[in-house]
Amino acid sequence: MNSTILNYIQNNKDSIFNHWLKATKENADERVTKVVSDQVFIGTSREFIDLIISNIKSSNEEFTSKLSDFSEKIVRLGWPLSFVTKGLQTFGKIVFEGMQEAGIVTQENQMKVIYEFDGWMTPMVNEVVNMYSATWERTVSLQKIALQELSAPLIPVFEGITVMPLVGTIDTERAKQIMENLLTGVVKHRSEVVLIDITGVPVVDTMVAHHIIQAADAVRLVGAKCMLVGIRPEIAQTIVNLGIDLNQFTTKNTLKKGVEAALELTSRKIVNVEGAE
Amino acid sequence: MENQSCVKIINEWDIVAARQLGRNVAKELGFGTVDQARITTAISELARNIYLYAGQGQICIEKIYDGGKAGLRIVAVDSGPGINDLRQVMEDGYSTSGGLGAGLPGVKRLMDEFLIDSNPGTGTDIKATKWLR
Repeated sequence: MNSTILNYIQNNKDSIFNHWLKATKENADERVTKVVSDQVFIGTSREFIDLIISNIKSSNEEFTSKLSDFSEKIVRLGWPLSFVTKGLQTFGKIVFEGMQEAGIVTQENQMKVIYEFDGWMTPMVNEVVNMYSATWERTVSLQKIALQELSAPLIPVFEGITVMPLVGTIDTERAKQIMENLLTGVVKHRSEVVLIDITGVPVVDTMVAHHIIQAADAVRLVGAKCMLVGIRPEIAQTIVNLGIDLNQFTTKNTLKKGVEAALELTSRKIVNVEGAE
Repeated sequence: MENQSCVKIINEWDIVAARQLGRNVAKELGFGTVDQARITTAISELARNIYLYAGQGQICIEKIYDGGKAGLRIVAVDSGPGINDLRQVMEDGYSTSGGLGAGLPGVKRLMDEFLIDSNPGTGTDIKATKWLR
C-alpha cells in the first residue's frame, strides 16, 4: 500500500467519515433507514470505516476475520448488499477526490494511484460479496434441510393405522420422499391402512395425482390399503375436470371421516363411554 | 401491456411462481375458489409441460376484457421441440413421459377457450382463457 494514500486516510479520517456518512445517508434507501435507528446506523458506519482503514494497517488474516464478523453483523441487521458495495465505492471516491483536492494526486502519478487504489478496493469488495453469498447459501441449505424434514411425515395414530399429512407444494423431489417414507413407514409400523391427507396441498394437478396414485399402488403391493382424505370441494372439481381416475381409492373429505373408515376396516370403532364425567 | 405479467419457466420452482401469479390475478378479477383452483391447476399443467418437454419457456397471465365480459388468459410459450401430432396429445391417456396423459385435454376442460399452435422444431404456443361469469 502506498504510504501517501495511507497517510492521507489516517490524517483525514474524521472528515472522510463525515463526508461518507452524508453521501451514504442520501443514497440509503428506505429499507435500510427504516430498520436501523440513527445511532446504530452511525455506529455501524463508523465500524465500517474503521474496518476499511484497518485493512490498510493489519495483516490479511486479521482483516478477513474482522470482515467476516462485520459481514455477519450487517447481514443480521438486514443491510442490503448493494448498500454495502455502494458504501465501499463512495468511500473510494471520497478519498480519491479528497486527495486530488489536497494535491497529492497529480497529473503524473494519477494512473499509478488509480491502479493501487483499485488493487486495494477490489479484493475488499470481492470479500464482502463472498461473505454475503456464503451467508445466503448457508441459510438456503439450512432451510432446504428443514423443509426436507417437514416434507413427508408419517404418523402412527392407532394400531395399524398411519396418517401422512401433506402440506404445501409437491415437487418431484418431495414425491420421491413421500413414496419412500410411505413404504418404509408402512412396513415399520405394520400399518393396515394409510391415510394420505391432502388438505394442505394447494394444487392437485396431473403430476401430483400421478405420484399419489403410484404411491398408493406401491402401498398396496406391500399389503396395506391407502386412503385419500382431505379433498376440498374445489380440488374434487378440478380432479374431475382433469379426468383423473381415482376409482381405486377410498376417498373422504376429512381426516376425521378417514380415521373412522380406517377403524371400521380394521373392525374397530370409537364409542362414547357411559358414566364418564 | 399493462394487463399482462409473465413468469419465466426454467426450473421446477418457477411452476409454483407461475401458479401464484395466476392465483393472485384470478383473485383480483373476482373468480370464485373453484375457478381459482381450475385456473391454477391449468397453469400448473402448462408450466409443467414447458419444464418437462421444452426445458424452458414462459407463462404469461393476461387480464382480458371483451364487451362486458372480463376474463383471464394464460399464454404458454416455449421454443422446445414442438408437438408432432396435435390430435394425439389432445386424447386422454396419451403420454410420452409415462404420466397420466390428462394434462392438455384436462386444461381444455378446465378452461373455457383453448387454442394450441405447435410446429415440430419451432415450439408450442398455447392460449387458454377463462371468462368471469
